[in-house]
Amino acid sequence: MSVIALSPLDLSLAGALVVVLAIISRSMRLQLGRQLLVAAVRTTVQLLLIGLVLKALFGHVHPGWVALMACVMLLAAGREVMSRQKRRFTGAWSFGLGTLSMFVSSFAITVLALVVIISPQPWYEPQYAIPLLGMLLGNTMNGISIGMDRLTASAWDQRTLIEGRLMLGQTWRQAIAGLRNESIRSGLIPIVNAMMAAGLVSLPGMMTGQILGGSPPMEAVKYQILIMFLIAGGTGLGTMTAVWLGSRRLFDERQRLRLDRLRKG
Amino acid sequence: MNTTFKLVDFSCRAVEKVDLDLSGGQCLGLTGPSGTGKSLLLRALADLDPHAGQMLLDGVASTRMPAPQWRRQVGLLPAESAWWFDAVGDHFDPPPPPWLERLGFDAQAMAWQVSHLSSGERQRLALLRMLAQEPRVMLLDEPTANLDPKNITRVEGLLDDVRRELRPVLLWVSHDLDQLRRRCDSILVLEGRRLTPLVEGAAIGDRPGEVPTP
Repeated sequence: MSVIALSPLDLSLAGALVVVLAIISRSMRLQLGRQLLVAAVRTTVQLLLIGLVLKALFGHVHPGWVALMACVMLLAAGREVMSRQKRRFTGAWSFGLGTLSMFVSSFAITVLALVVIISPQPWYEPQYAIPLLGMLLGNTMNGISIGMDRLTASAWDQRTLIEGRLMLGQTWRQAIAGLRNESIRSGLIPIVNAMMAAGLVSLPGMMTGQILGGSPPMEAVKYQILIMFLIAGGTGLGTMTAVWLGSRRLFDERQRLRLDRLRKG
Repeated sequence: MNTTFKLVDFSCRAVEKVDLDLSGGQCLGLTGPSGTGKSLLLRALADLDPHAGQMLLDGVASTRMPAPQWRRQVGLLPAESAWWFDAVGDHFDPPPPPWLERLGFDAQAMAWQVSHLSSGERQRLALLRMLAQEPRVMLLDEPTANLDPKNITRVEGLLDDVRRELRPVLLWVSHDLDQLRRRCDSILVLEGRRLTPLVEGAAIGDRPGEVPTP
């Protein structure tokens, strides 16, 4: 089975949908028309670029190039996590916490999956490594940014409660435990829901892509199951790391709540 | 052993270079115009805000013990109390002292829902919650602000007994000068980051910057 190649005309027809949507939203004064068009153009340009990069990468299999690509992806994800915070940590902490947590979780799990489970030759074969890492980063990024956003926002709102606990001689761990657990939960709910709905309500993008690309359905399904598990592991690990480090950062060495370490994003 | 609470060269957002030497059973009143930082001072004393200089409890510096241990011994009763569980009783650890009746409650109060409390009930229960920890220093921020006269008498009476039985150091912040005169050994005025003894007859806060000097 081979793929039916898409022509530029095919893509333009689909693109026309976005243009129509932009026109309608303009007439409804949704203030979204411009953003829609910018987003559509960005999608096109970014994906075309990544297509070229991947083509070059697959042509020159070298660990250095793969590592470089992975770093760029990681930094972009770190920036994205930071920009989604309503109240973010001051200084390098905001970027650092998210990026570190994603590094710990996504990289570790991608390497684990490549070396132990999929075992391509060589293990850093970009055709496997890059899409896998991309999917893990994209999903841990969501978990981490939801978790961190929840943590900082609720610490800000519930200052009196946290300090009320501190006043009674509770440790910072006791004072923040409730918020911390809530934050981790909210970071994990999307992936739990995704696993619940997979196959019933939604056909996951990767699997659909593989099937469209001509893979036998059962092979695509097996890969999807693998990916789901990896994403769940990565999101859990990453969100826990980020929320734990973040909650530690909210207190100083005398266990005072330091909301001055947050600023409006 | 009698408790001692000392400040040496103590500065925070509210005060600059203050020295203070208090001992158990003593009650110090603190007053001053709104916004001069009386609450901020109490927060710093409970080590909830950063400070410079030293605070010593029985000769031991605050930095020499973990912050939670300091805060259990230097208890702060904030003007607005915080409650995080549904039931009142869940907030008490150790269990409430046998003073519930003194403040007009019966044992049932422990099962009450926090959301149903009036502001006065919250304030009295928060006081009990702090007293239950038997802190050596009690920092009281407007402890009777939301109370009717009957309950003010109750709270003042209870604090009087606590003072005699447990002999803590009491720091009592209030706008009510009569109350401070009733209850405190001495009264300080906080203004312009300085603590000065109250001069009877002088108006407080009428002329900012011109604090009466002893």
